Amino acid sequence: MQEINGVSYLTKQIWTDATWLRFLSLNELGFFLMLIAGVLVLTFVLAYGTFVVWAERKVAGHVQDRLGPMRVGWHGWLQTLADGIKLMMKEDIYPTLADKPLFVLAPPIVFLSAFVGYAVVPFSQNAQMADLDIGVLYIMATASLGVIGLIMAGWASNSKWPLYGAMRSAALTVAYGIPLGLSIIPVLMVAGSLSMQDLVQSQNGGILHWNFFRCWPFMPLAFIIFFISNLAETNRVPFDIAEAESELVGGYHTEYSGVSFSVFFLAEYAAMYLACAVTTTLFLGGYLPPDLSGIPLILSLALLGIFLFWRFKTFHDRSQVSEAIFCAILVAAITLLWGVWPYFFWFLAKTGVLLYLMLHLRWTLPRLRIDQMMYMCWKVLTPVAFINILGTGLWWMWITGIPKNWWPY
Amino acid sequence: MLFDYLSVVVLLVLGLANIFGMMVLPKLLRPHNPTAQKLVAYECGENPIGTSWLQYNVRFFVVALVFIIFDMEIVFMFPWAVVFKEVYATSGPLPLIEMAFFIAVLAVGLIYLWVEGLLDWIRTIR
Repeated sequence: MQEINGVSYLTKQIWTDATWLRFLSLNELGFFLMLIAGVLVLTFVLAYGTFVVWAERKVAGHVQDRLGPMRVGWHGWLQTLADGIKLMMKEDIYPTLADKPLFVLAPPIVFLSAFVGYAVVPFSQNAQMADLDIGVLYIMATASLGVIGLIMAGWASNSKWPLYGAMRSAALTVAYGIPLGLSIIPVLMVAGSLSMQDLVQSQNGGILHWNFFRCWPFMPLAFIIFFISNLAETNRVPFDIAEAESELVGGYHTEYSGVSFSVFFLAEYAAMYLACAVTTTLFLGGYLPPDLSGIPLILSLALLGIFLFWRFKTFHDRSQVSEAIFCAILVAAITLLWGVWPYFFWFLAKTGVLLYLMLHLRWTLPRLRIDQMMYMCWKVLTPVAFINILGTGLWWMWITGIPKNWWPY
Repeated sequence: MLFDYLSVVVLLVLGLANIFGMMVLPKLLRPHNPTAQKLVAYECGENPIGTSWLQYNVRFFVVALVFIIFDMEIVFMFPWAVVFKEVYATSGPLPLIEMAFFIAVLAVGLIYLWVEGLLDWIRTIR
């Protein structure tokens, strides 16, 4: 456990230095801080989830030469909120043949399995709920519990389409868990810890110290395997046979309606962001800035200027208020984050890039067949990941040299 | 140390509260008017024939079985990877050689599955 871990450190201090805080019950104060951190994380997940749904629809629209949502708010940025309200007003339907307890329990389980992982996501040096010393293992364990919820949903619906979807998603998630786990091992070898803060700190010292840029070609290979496996784990295209709209009606959530359906979606986007956060932490230096001495700052400010200039040129009088709010939030958030909390800004920027990659892949790649996926998983990714581990070991040997008198016999 | 794990419980409870707020509280807002037609399982407009709690293709079971075997071995690799640097500093390439043996054993298993055809999704009867 580190000293740098803000919230957790604070609670620990209050927990241990009990003497000077006689007026407050110590358990209560520590618990209170933890609760605030938890509420912040929940707010972040909900806000980011709604944002990503909107972003996905916009990306989809522009990839297909459409505009995407345009009505609710400036360029439809409030669309997800409106959809959420609409879904809450919808009747929830429990099919007569369904196993009702399982049917009701499935969406919460899927959501919680993704959400609980956020306890160890290092948003910044100080913004992390708890720096568990088994961080990565914990996230892998909780995230893979989601498949139980999916199978429950598919089985409890007592309908053919959900069953197909659940079985497919179970096979897929389970199979791709192997390359996922194996591609983490090289990072752990280099970092020597499972704690998320340690993993980030081991990449300190500029962009060339990030795991992705070390140890060529083994680390980039691990990154690619990890990214592909994450796409499969979160049931994203090109691995979305579990909810393939054009062959299975809706996959495991065919029978769900209203809020239960939206909980599934929220869970999917929460899992997506979690995957991006873990990828960033493991391979892209987490919250650490790339340290190119001001170049990205100037570049991004120039981009922001160009964006505002373009907005000024094509100014419509329609929905000006909403646009003004959107732009104000954007500019304020960027400047505030950059100035006050650069670590958090860089974390958001890196995860944002990865998320965009996921969204763009969805609308550019065709769906794979299940036999192609299984081929990819067992006969390509798994052997490559095995070789990758040994290769990273050899790289470490080459970098550090062999210590003298290493042979003990 | 142990106190940190309390935050996991806190997050779990908050997630449950969020689910409760999303799924149960809007019950006050939304209509509730179930009809027999509405509650039929969706099968593209037809009435569903039979139950769907059926026996399913065994290939999915094989995937789960292979997963459990390999996942166990990944769990064995995690502690090794964490201490790799420390052990390397004193005993050099020994941990690497050991892991090479371990992976060789795994590779034998993988090759066996491969040759047996258990990794193929589309199987021919032999």
